[in-house]
Amino acid sequence: MTTEQIIFLIVAGATLASGLLVVTSRNLIHAALWLVATLFGVAIVYTLLNAGFMAVVQVVVYIGAIAILFIFAVMLTRKDMRDSGAQLNSNWWAGALMAVLTFGGLFAMLRTWGGMSKTAAEIPAGFDQIAELGAQLTSPEAYVLPFEVASVLLLAAMVGAVYLAFNKK
Amino acid sequence: MIPLSWYLTFAAALFSIGLFGALSRRNMVAILLGVELMLNAVNVNLVAFWRYGDVAQMAGQVFAIIVFAVAAAEVAVGLALVISVYRRHNTVIAEELDLMKW
Repeated sequence: MTTEQIIFLIVAGATLASGLLVVTSRNLIHAALWLVATLFGVAIVYTLLNAGFMAVVQVVVYIGAIAILFIFAVMLTRKDMRDSGAQLNSNWWAGALMAVLTFGGLFAMLRTWGGMSKTAAEIPAGFDQIAELGAQLTSPEAYVLPFEVASVLLLAAMVGAVYLAFNKK
Repeated sequence: MIPLSWYLTFAAALFSIGLFGALSRRNMVAILLGVELMLNAVNVNLVAFWRYGDVAQMAGQVFAIIVFAVAAAEVAVGLALVISVYRRHNTVIAEELDLMKW
């Protein structure tokens, strides 16, 4: 086993363990903090995949914005967090069964697929990932349309969130 | 070198954990936490396929960035809905919202 593989196994184990704590913690503040740990683990996985830019975006957008938004929402609804009552609904066993079946199905399907043991080719020397990503995001031949649609979506979400959370009194 | 299967298995496990959270939790904020885990698992898959395919084709990373934007929009609207519902009905438990149940 190479060092890279050992690092991957440790990071993946820690990420999955904190993911499990996100869905099982009674206290929602703890769940949101475990989500931060999970997101950080995923950022490390991006780094292992040589996608440094994605790791930075993960830390800035997910941990810096989304996780903080979750913590705010938990605090604003704090009176009704009900740490003491049941955290899982009465059909939780069906949810658990669905999750296990999904994982089993995906795992079985992936095992029969030929490309599984494929290893990555070296990234060519002098290949500038971030420049290439920026060029493709703004090039009319590539992905400028999804890029612009995403900005319209973000604007619509902002207006919608302000309207929904606005106190009319 | 890490084989592709490790990343895909990791993403499948993370997705299943998120699915369990989204299906089984009672608190609406906790359901959204589960959805976030699922979106992250999909992103790991996208970036892994970019790395193990043709690196010069940035489609995997571009799609992952669009997923980031969609996740941010989803969580902003979702949490605004939770806060709005909490103001009107004083609850964040999904089962107690039965206004539209006949």
